[in-house]
Amino acid sequence: MSESYKIIDHDYDVVVMGAGGAGLRATLGTVEAGLKTACITKVFPTRSHTVAAQGGIGASLGNMSEDHWQWHMYDTVKGADWLGDQDAIEYMCRNAVPAVHELEHYGMPFSRTEDGKIYQRPFGGHTRDHGKAPVERACAAADRTGHAMLHTLYQQCLKHKAEFFIEYIALDLMMDEDGTCRGLVAWDLDSGEMHRFNAKMTILASGGYGRAFFSCTSAHTCTGDGHGMVARAGLGLQDMEFVQFHPTGIYGSGCLITEGARGEGGYLTNSEGERFMERYAPTVKDLASRDVVSRGMAQEIRDGRGVGEHGEYIHLHLEHLGSEVLWERLPGITETAKIFAGVDATKEPIPVLPTVHYNMGGIPTNYKGEVLNPTADNPNRVVPGLMAAGEAACVSVHGANRLGTNSLLDLVVFGRACGLHAAEVVDPKASFKELKTTDGQTALDRFDRLRWAKGSRPTADIRLEMQRVMQGNCGVFRTAEILGEGVEKLSKTAATLPDVAVSDRSLIWNSDLVETMELENLMVCAAATMNSAEARHESRGAHAHEDYPKRDDDVWMKHTIATVGWDKGYGVDLTYRPVNSFTLTDEVEYIEPKERVY
Amino acid sequence: MVEFNLPANSVVKEGKSFSAPADAKNTRSFKIYRYDPDSGDNPRTDTYDIDLDKCGPMVLDALIKIKNEIDATLTFRRSCREGICGSCAMNIDGRNTLACLKPIDDIKGEVKIYPLPHMPVVKDLVPDLSQPYAQLASIEPWLKADSPPPVGERLQSREERAQLDGLWECILCFSCSTACPSYWWNSDRYLGPAVLLQAYRWLADSRDEYTGERLDMLEDPFRLYRCHTIMNCTNTCPKGLNPALAITEIKKMIAERRA
Repeated sequence: MSESYKIIDHDYDVVVMGAGGAGLRATLGTVEAGLKTACITKVFPTRSHTVAAQGGIGASLGNMSEDHWQWHMYDTVKGADWLGDQDAIEYMCRNAVPAVHELEHYGMPFSRTEDGKIYQRPFGGHTRDHGKAPVERACAAADRTGHAMLHTLYQQCLKHKAEFFIEYIALDLMMDEDGTCRGLVAWDLDSGEMHRFNAKMTILASGGYGRAFFSCTSAHTCTGDGHGMVARAGLGLQDMEFVQFHPTGIYGSGCLITEGARGEGGYLTNSEGERFMERYAPTVKDLASRDVVSRGMAQEIRDGRGVGEHGEYIHLHLEHLGSEVLWERLPGITETAKIFAGVDATKEPIPVLPTVHYNMGGIPTNYKGEVLNPTADNPNRVVPGLMAAGEAACVSVHGANRLGTNSLLDLVVFGRACGLHAAEVVDPKASFKELKTTDGQTALDRFDRLRWAKGSRPTADIRLEMQRVMQGNCGVFRTAEILGEGVEKLSKTAATLPDVAVSDRSLIWNSDLVETMELENLMVCAAATMNSAEARHESRGAHAHEDYPKRDDDVWMKHTIATVGWDKGYGVDLTYRPVNSFTLTDEVEYIEPKERVY
Repeated sequence: MVEFNLPANSVVKEGKSFSAPADAKNTRSFKIYRYDPDSGDNPRTDTYDIDLDKCGPMVLDALIKIKNEIDATLTFRRSCREGICGSCAMNIDGRNTLACLKPIDDIKGEVKIYPLPHMPVVKDLVPDLSQPYAQLASIEPWLKADSPPPVGERLQSREERAQLDGLWECILCFSCSTACPSYWWNSDRYLGPAVLLQAYRWLADSRDEYTGERLDMLEDPFRLYRCHTIMNCTNTCPKGLNPALAITEIKKMIAERRA
């Protein structure tokens, strides 16, 4: 029951997919550079998931106490459990201070210190002088920093008259035979029309894929759309086994309680009322990095010291901070705790649980934002015409575990880097290579196949099964047996995708079809994650393998590249590329791996 | 003779009913506005009986349950599910709010759900918000200052920064604007409470240097003065903000400037 679709063609110097922090900062950069830019987004920009970031953006401003970008870099390398590329980490940390000042100049409403400077709070894994004590490095706008940042960036895009295509669903990339990206195909939900964006440069800033799991802090829209498009273009995804569990998702709903709550002095207790993090991280305790705190919590629950009728959660205490501090510095989470846990945080502890929060892995890029298609001979081979930034990308600055506040920083630093690089390589005067009639045909074929899908399993059914497998078999603690079973189960679930049932056939705001296309993207991410995890026989950062409890730098100091056979039952082919063991400049030395203790 | 008739397709008809599973003990009816742009048929209300024992606590949980398990064609916007993105604003139980923050238990009897009022409906619970978005852009909602910024941050005292509290937290859900009778009548020329709250956010910012120009733009019988302090905006804001107060502050600034 195929039909021909109305197709509208556009020529743009740059097309950006996604209007979160990274997408907006990239768009701003390319527009400022005089490049004709289209920003395609499936939600109105201020509804992107950056809006939900709470605690702060990391930068060594030193407004509250002494700090240096080299300390920030050390903490990031250590937080990443040495899987991060240190050239990119150096680039991020030294650009952090100007990036935050830039946001302030744009009008971002940061909280302030007594002397009128940007307010900073301590955060997990951020320390003074190489691990001596927590340091105030998270630049905060109360506990709504992401909201403040995203709105500010959108305002700047309005100022520069950036062109947005809102509530457009990107379907697939258009790739040349020689492997050059030529733009993308998108579907306008409002009119039902198809659009081919012919672009000299395509920037993917499509966010993470938290919704591959059953319980996550991520928005419903975090479905790895860019990851899916990259996989369908035959390219690999990097370090997908590293999934961050945030220590404090609200028990039940999974809504986020910022780490800034512990930065402001909050702490965790088990059923015996013990501050157990003192045992797991004697120096910085509740402010250890997230993988360490999440494992500590999961261990307490496993050992029978969880709180609640079935011992299934942990308590987060804020009540000792006083209602004044809570309502001034943490108003958002105080409200969230009341609404989603029924708890008055000024009086009683909040029930929390480690919850899927962030994907360290993603589309491999270098520090300029160029997407990589590594080969055995050239691990740094670039895909012409394609860049990526933000949670969708794996630069890799977060390695095996991201530090809190480094995500918002990643968005603006590498969003900006994409803009700078695009301005360097894209010539706005150069003529556009004409699209062939067949360009984008595979995207339309996929669209048409799913639109008329008449199988027996509703999208939500397959999605739920996938989410349960990921939650149960790819969690905080992993074993060879559990992961092996996960690979089996997931491949069975993926095998039912051709039997998917779509009920809505409309072209206008067909959210049933949107969710089905998102499910295909999520399945790519899930398969890459499970298979990469199963293969990595060591424990590093967020990947805690009980059969291989130690980090193994001799064998596993390398990035996983997972190529997903989306058209072959979601089988995954794994290769590896070396971690960059060098810095960007001579101003800082490569930080040698050592044992990670907090 | 003048005849006053509603447009033929404006009457909302009774639609389909979906009953709860037989073993459900704690059921609730959700009566939901449906509009199918392809058929051209009148809008209708479909009724879904839900087993609340197998449903999350919020209205959004019920909508998602319906979409996942009963009727995948039901269409609505949603994203963060924690009241920060502003996607799922709709009219629930006669009041504009966010479905993700609205507990089902707060509502007595049948739960009636409609799109935000007085906006063109694209499909089901999805309104076309392009007009308020354009109005937002029209107030130039960005920091305007001619003084070159310092190398580091601009300084702003805690007291100055506190002037922005209750303004910058707006999530642009437009529950307030679409609850305002004045906006219903004059949405083409009146900016509405959400956009005026944003306008005041920049007037209140000690770093902004364009107060005069901003007030010039707002001093207009329609853009600003269609606000008649009805207060629906403040009453309905799901984030507890007070757009009516912000509008009053703008009016005061203009009055003081005249004096």
